[in-house]
Parts: sequence; C-alpha cells; structure tokens
Amino acid sequence: MHQLIELEGAAKRYDSASAPALGPLTLSVAKGEALAVTGPSGSGKSTLLNLVAGLDKPTDGAVVVAGRRIDQLSEHALARFRREHIGMAFQFFNLLDDLTVTDNIQLPAQLTGTSRRKAAARAGELMEMLGIQKHARAYPGRLSGGERQRVAVARALINRPALLLADEPTGALDTASGHDVRNLLMDLHRAGQTIVLVTHDLALAEACASRTIHLVDGQVALDSYAQAVR
Amino acid sequence: MSLFGTGALGRVVRSGVGRRRVQTVVIAVATLVAVASAVVAGSLMVAAAAPFDRAFGKQRGAHITAQFDPVKVSAAQLAETGKLAGVTAIAGPYPSTAFRPVDQAGFRMPTLTLVGRSGPDGDVDRVDLKSGRWPQKPGEIVLAASFEGPAIEIGSTLKASGAANAQTLSIVGFVVSAGKTADAWATPAQVEVLGSEGRPVTSQMLYRFESASTKEQILADRKKLAASVGSGALLGTRSWLDTKRAADQGAAATVPFVTAFGALGIVMSVIIVSSVISGAVGTSLRRIGILKAIGFTPREVVRAYVAQALIPAGAGIAAGVVLGNLLAAPLLGDTQEMYGTASLSTAWWVDVAVPATTLVVVGLAALIPALRAGRLRTVEAIAVGRSPRTGRGQWAHRAIGRLPLPRPVTYGLATPFTHPVRTLAMLLAVAFGTVATTFAVGLTSSLSEVGASQDTDGRAAVTVTTTKLNNVAPPPPPPVGGSAASPTPAGDGVASTSKPKVAAPAKVRSAITSQAGTGSYYGKAQSEVAVAGISGSVQAGLYEGDSRSGSYEMLSGHWITGKGQVVVPTRFLERTSTEIGDTVRVTYEKETANLRIVGESFDTSGNELEIHADMANFRSAEPSTFLVGVMPGVSADEYAQKLAAVLQPLGGDAATNAPSEQKGVILIMDAMAVLLTLMLVSVAGLGVLNSVILDTRERVHDLGVCKAIGMSPRQTMSLVLASVTAIGVVGGLIGVPAGYALHHVVMPVMGRAVGTRMPSSVLDVYGPGELLLLGLGGFVLAMSGALVPAGWAAKARTATALRTE
Repeated sequence: MHQLIELEGAAKRYDSASAPALGPLTLSVAKGEALAVTGPSGSGKSTLLNLVAGLDKPTDGAVVVAGRRIDQLSEHALARFRREHIGMAFQFFNLLDDLTVTDNIQLPAQLTGTSRRKAAARAGELMEMLGIQKHARAYPGRLSGGERQRVAVARALINRPALLLADEPTGALDTASGHDVRNLLMDLHRAGQTIVLVTHDLALAEACASRTIHLVDGQVALDSYAQAVR
Repeated sequence: MSLFGTGALGRVVRSGVGRRRVQTVVIAVATLVAVASAVVAGSLMVAAAAPFDRAFGKQRGAHITAQFDPVKVSAAQLAETGKLAGVTAIAGPYPSTAFRPVDQAGFRMPTLTLVGRSGPDGDVDRVDLKSGRWPQKPGEIVLAASFEGPAIEIGSTLKASGAANAQTLSIVGFVVSAGKTADAWATPAQVEVLGSEGRPVTSQMLYRFESASTKEQILADRKKLAASVGSGALLGTRSWLDTKRAADQGAAATVPFVTAFGALGIVMSVIIVSSVISGAVGTSLRRIGILKAIGFTPREVVRAYVAQALIPAGAGIAAGVVLGNLLAAPLLGDTQEMYGTASLSTAWWVDVAVPATTLVVVGLAALIPALRAGRLRTVEAIAVGRSPRTGRGQWAHRAIGRLPLPRPVTYGLATPFTHPVRTLAMLLAVAFGTVATTFAVGLTSSLSEVGASQDTDGRAAVTVTTTKLNNVAPPPPPPVGGSAASPTPAGDGVASTSKPKVAAPAKVRSAITSQAGTGSYYGKAQSEVAVAGISGSVQAGLYEGDSRSGSYEMLSGHWITGKGQVVVPTRFLERTSTEIGDTVRVTYEKETANLRIVGESFDTSGNELEIHADMANFRSAEPSTFLVGVMPGVSADEYAQKLAAVLQPLGGDAATNAPSEQKGVILIMDAMAVLLTLMLVSVAGLGVLNSVILDTRERVHDLGVCKAIGMSPRQTMSLVLASVTAIGVVGGLIGVPAGYALHHVVMPVMGRAVGTRMPSSVLDVYGPGELLLLGLGGFVLAMSGALVPAGWAAKARTATALRTE
C-alpha cells in the first residue's frame, strides 16, 4: 500500500535536558487510511500532529508526507506544501471572525492563486456537501459549534488535500454537534480521504478510524494495526 | 514600585512590564522622544519668545542707564540717588567715555562707549564674561561679544585712536551685557587715562526700579533722577525698553516656526502616548479577567494597569527631559550667539511642565481603558480571545475582499477597520509626521531662497576691490536688529600708522575691461546717505553699470534701470508712508538728488533700511567693489589670480566668490527644523510601530491560522504591510496639503516679523514632484513603522501562534 505519511525515528524535544515529548517514533500511514491518535494529556498527540502538518520540526529523525521530506523544507516551502497537501480542522475551529463563512472556506484556495470563480464554485460544492450553504454569507460568530466545525472542515478540504488532520474536532462541541462531526468524518473516510484524527474520545476514534494508536509519554503504547497484523 | 507594594499587585505590575518588553520599550521610547521633542520645542519657544527678558533678568539689567556730569554731581550725591523712592538697586558711578579705536589692520571701528568697572559683577548689570578675563590694569580691555571675529580676538590689540602716539589696548576678553550698557569695559584708571587725552569723561549710573515696564514709568523714573541732582547734571539716559525692542525684533523671526513645530510636537505627543497606553491596556483584557477571577479587586486592576503604563512612561519621561535638555543646549547656545544675549538654558518650568503634562496625559490615557478593565465582568474578560469577535470591520472585509488583489493584501487592507480608534491614532501620527516633513522641507527651501536672494554679491564669479582684501576688517555683527557700521580705512582724515593703499576706481575698471575672459561687471559702493523724512543715516547701495545680475528680489516694481531711480525695502515704504512712484530726497555726502521709487526690494535685514540707486545720481560717488561675471569656459580662479596680479600693485585685489554660504540665523533655523522634524517623524514611526505591534499581537492567533492553512511568510508579511498601506496613503494625502498650508501661513508671519512680505520665489518652493515624494513619505513612514512587526509575524512559529489566545 502507498504510504502517505512516514515517520522515521522522529523525535521532538522541547528541552534538551529532559525526555523527548515525542518519540523516537517510526510510523507509517497509508493513503486512504483514517488514523486515530489517542492518549492522555501530554502524551505527545498534538506534537505528532504538528510534525505531520509541518507546523513544527523534529529534533531527530525524518518526517515524510506525500513523498516530501517536510522536516527539511523552508518556511515558505512548508506553507506551499500545507496549502496543497494538507487540510486542518481544530478543536476551537480557528475560523477568522472577520470573514464570512464563504470567505473563510475560500481562503486557502485563494492563497494558492486559484481564481475567485473556481474557489467560489468549490466552496459552494463543499457547503452543499456539508449542509451549511444557508450560512454562506453569515459570520462564524453567529453559528453553532457544530456548524463552525463543518465550516472548518470545508475550509480544510477546499484544496482537495491528500491528508486531513483533525485535532480534537469534537472537543468543543455538545453531544449532538459531536455526532454530526463524527458522521462527517466517517463520510469523508468512506470517500477515500486520508485522515489523522487526534482525540481523547475513544468512541469517536472507534467510529471514524480504521486504525488507532495510543500514545503514552511520547511512545506508541498501542497500535491497532500492529495488533491486527500480529 | 512602593506605590504598588511588594505583594501581589507589585508582582503583577512587574511581570506585566517585563512580559511585554517590546511594548514597554515602545512606551518608554515614544514618551522619551515626545518629551525630548516637547522640551526642545518648549525651550526654543521660550528662548525665541523672550531671550532678551531672560538674559536681562538673569543679569539684573539696568532699567535706566544714566550719564551724569561729574563736574556737577559728586559720587556721594550719585550714591544718594539709590535712596530715591522706587529705586531698587543701583551700580556706579563708573567713569565712562567714548572713543573710536583702530584695529591691528588699520581700520577704524565704530565709536565705542567705554566704561571703567573693576569687575563684571554688581547689584545691576552683572555682565557675563563669555571668554577671557576681566581687565586688571590699564592697557587691557574687554569688548562686547558681538565684536568678536577673526581680526578681533583675545590677545589682539587696538589703538585707542588713529593718532600715531595712541595708546595700545590689549583685548583680554569678551562680554555679554543684555542691557548693552557699554561696548567696551576697562579698569576705571584706564578710562581716566583716555579722559586725560581730552575725551570727555562722564559718570555712568545703572538703576533698577520697582516700576519700569512702560515708557511712562521710565519717563517718571527719569524725572525723579533729574530732579534729585542739580540742573544739567543728568546728561542723558537710555531706557531698557529701547534695547528690548531692538532685541525682540531680532528674535521675532524664529517664533512662528518654532511655535509651529512646538505645537506639532505637543499634539503628536498626546496622540502617540494616548494611543500607546490605550492599546497596551486594551490588549490585556483577558489577563485582567484572570486577575479578577483569582481575587483582584477592580481598583487593584485599575492601579496595576495604570502602573504598567506609568513605569515605562516615567522612565521615558525622565530620559526625555535629559535628552531634551542636551539637544536644546547647542541650539540655545546658537540662539544666544545670534541674539548676543547672556547664556540661555532650558527654562526650569519647561523641565517641570513638559514631564508633568506628559505624566498626566499618560495617566489619563491609561486610566480610561484601565477603568474599563476594572468594570469589565470577569467572565467577559476571560472570554476575550476565545469568543468570536463580531461587528466592526466585517463590512470592510466583505467589500475589500472583492478587489482584484491577492487575498493576503485585501485581508490586510481591511484590517484597519477592525480598530477605528487605533487606526485614527495611526493615521494622525502619519499625517502629523508628513505635515512636519512637508513643512520642514518647505521651510529649509524657503530659507535657502532667502539666503540666496540676500547674498546679491555672491552671485558674481569674481569680486574685485579697490583695496587689498585682507585689509578689509570684518564688520562687527549688528547689535541686535541694528545696523553694523561699515569698516572704513583709518586714513579718512586721521593720521594713521598703517594707512591702507586704495586703487583708483578708474584703473581698476580699466584692468577689468582689459582682462581676457571678462564677461560682464558692475561697480558698487556701500555708503550711508540721508533721506528726507528719516532721522539718522540710511544704508545705500550705489551701482555703476548694469547691476541686474546683483539685484534684490523684487516684491513689486522693478530694479533700477538708470539715473533718478531708487529701490527701497518694505520697511522704508512703511516708515516714510510712500509708495512706488513717489519721489524721495536722498543726500550723499554734500549732493542731493530727488529719486523716484521704482521698486520694493525683498530685504530681510531687520531694522536696517537699505536703499539702492544708480551711482550716476551722485557725482562724487565711486565704486569700492566691482562684481565680475566671467565668460563661459573661463576659470574664475585663474581669472581672479591674473586680475589680482595686475591690481595688487595698485592697491586693489580680486578673488573668486566662495559658493554662497548660509548665514548663521538661517543655519540655526535649518538645524532646528531638521532636528524637530526627525524627532517628530521618529515619534510618528514609533506610533505606527506600536499600533501594528498591538494589531499583530491581537491577530497572532489569526495569523497562525492563516499560516496553518498555507499562508507563506511572504504573504503574511504582505498582509501586515497592507494593513498600513491605506493609512500611509491617506496620511500622506492629509499631511502634505496641511504641511503646505502651514508653510504658507508661517512664512509670511516670519516675514512680517522682520518687516517684509515674502516673494513668490520664497513661498512657492514646492514642485509637483516634490509634493508627490512628500506624499509618498507618508506611505514610507507607515511602511517603516510596520516593517519590523511584519517581519515578526512572518517569522512567528505557527504552532506557537495557534496556541496563543
């Protein structure tokens, strides 16, 4: 199977005197796979997500995403890489309050230089798919948590990224909204979207992910794929 | 810190100041520059407004300088005049005489009043020794500082007269007497020596009165003096009001522009300081919420945030006062030289009022948002950064987002609408910076034009004189608003030991005409004439030949084109109530001519009246100088050398004219304008820097989001820079016309202060290209202020930014 993400001995230390926050970790995620990363607070989940997203760089080892050694890329190249290959959804949505729902969704496309017309068409398509088209001209502040997370997911998908990273996507939602988002992620996975999902919610992990790894103190304590292989 | 204790509140204040180092530094630097600028401007305004009053007060100047006949009144009787009603202090009697010394080069100086005093101090007229020492024995003399120059310096000697056996006096110092009670001072014995040579010696008494602020009071005081001594004993008096009037006229020209800069500085200080402090408090709301949540009372929160603003501001204010005084010192020193007054220093109340006002402004600026913070509900305060922002600026994002520009740019362009008040402060900072720059550029250009227009002789390539150039003693600077006496060779009727040789004008003229390379030339004589209707003498420039190349700028009418015409300055027209076309009667030596006024010259020489006429009006007039233009391709230096070789044996000389150098007063004004502009522009830049830092800090999370979804560092930078683009452009569009208007208001006021109108060449100094560049200056200023925070935003780690709330 073609690997979309490959970590080779990747480790991250925030303080050279103390133990690494993550790793050394060797891990592969195949294209089309939905990986859930679980673990207690401070286990290294967010650090792992940041390394895969190219938001942070490992102190040791290598991170390869979509065939590119991203830990060696410049900030400029990383930005280009992210906008072309990675979509991100965050726990607190991270929508820009000044922009309408449509403008928020279109923003990554516009950063790549996609024409206004094409970006609007793609945004319309996503809003329809995610059921938020009626909020197209609204501002995020007027939406419910679930709706805002849908907008965030739409924004993450606008450039048809190879990889969707979701960081506690239901962490700030009520139960009903959480179900909505869970269903959305399940639909996306079924449609072939590669997903890395960081969550505390084991039920969400079980429902959405084809594979789960459990991190403890920066190390993989449990890998459902490895178990299955064994 | 003790005000806030060493407990929790003190710790919060310290951590707040330390945590926001950049903002702390910006507050400190902005207040430093604002205070320094205000101190400089304030000092100069005070100095320019009343240099004479300050110097006069410091020296306890004499309200009345009186001359008594020592034959008719004794020293004891004069001492008794100190007991007259209303007299608060006296000094004297000092022996006094008048003499006309001859300098080492053989030139006669103007008639000087010499006073015999044993020292510079006393109850009245405590003159300042500017350099050297006080005379200790006969043969030593100190002169008023206005006479100091290359030919007259400490160690050089003067002959007491042009007589062969005249006593030699050694110059041992230079003195500044604000009240101008004399031109020279020596020991009393020295004055008696000069008196024994036949010069009349009088007794000088210096008086201070309780009431001496009006002409009427001075007249009343004088009457008392006259009545207290015998008839005819009081020979004459001089009022301090006359000296003051002349001094104030000299200072008046600088007042309008220093006032303009001072006002700009103070307004800008208020804007920047308010903006900095409100922004600093405004961006800390969430922290305030946390403090309240853990038990801080609203009053403690207010105190903490006011203190966080006041601590760096206090440091900035203290440093600003020191810097302002340091910067003002050389400028005040130049002002002192210019006015010939006693040493000037920053007025004590400027050093108190500026920091006190700034502290109050800072305190108020901090208090208002701090009170808002104190009243803020804890839950709302904590929610700042977490809950979505709504409302302001969204329409702008929607509208500007449609522009056919890259998305980061349109996003940045809409940003200013999110914080209208902060944007307004930034806009005003840029606009004021542009006003200052535009005004300063116009002012320096106008002053250059004034300098060039007044240096009429400097336009000729070569100056030819009928005497040796090194024999021409530099004229003493005018005694404030007055005219300098022209140096005259000592040989005019007085037996001299070193009578300079004078070349016959006809021979000089012939030599010039014969010299290869001569283009054009005209002759000139500078002399004193009498004009009917004006008491005293009037300076006259008498011209021979076509003098158009050396003409003054004309405010109206035209330059002299022949016999029977005269060009006069504005003050002449005002004083004589004449106008162009009228005829005036001018007497030169013993010849009188009726001359028609054909033009009004632009002349900035203060009180001096200088008229210009054709030499042909007066048969006895002869040129002492020839101003020569050389033919194209001819080296002026070589031409002058060859001509000098011909003329020197005849007693004449020739030299090239050095490129026109600006006069001292213009250089001082230029220096002040440049300094004040730099300071104001720095404050404006800091204002922008601070606002963009605040904006960037507030938006760091949003920027992190943008970077997380693929915004490159370059796009991030363009976003931040775009956020100040419109401010820079609009600031420039407001600032340039405002600066232009200010220049057109201030220049005529400066002109009126020295008794003239301003010609269009002095007023219309801005070209379209210059105005465009100045307008772009607003943009550049805004960009410069935003560049550093834009760089920070571009370099900010995305993961860190995303964690920021």
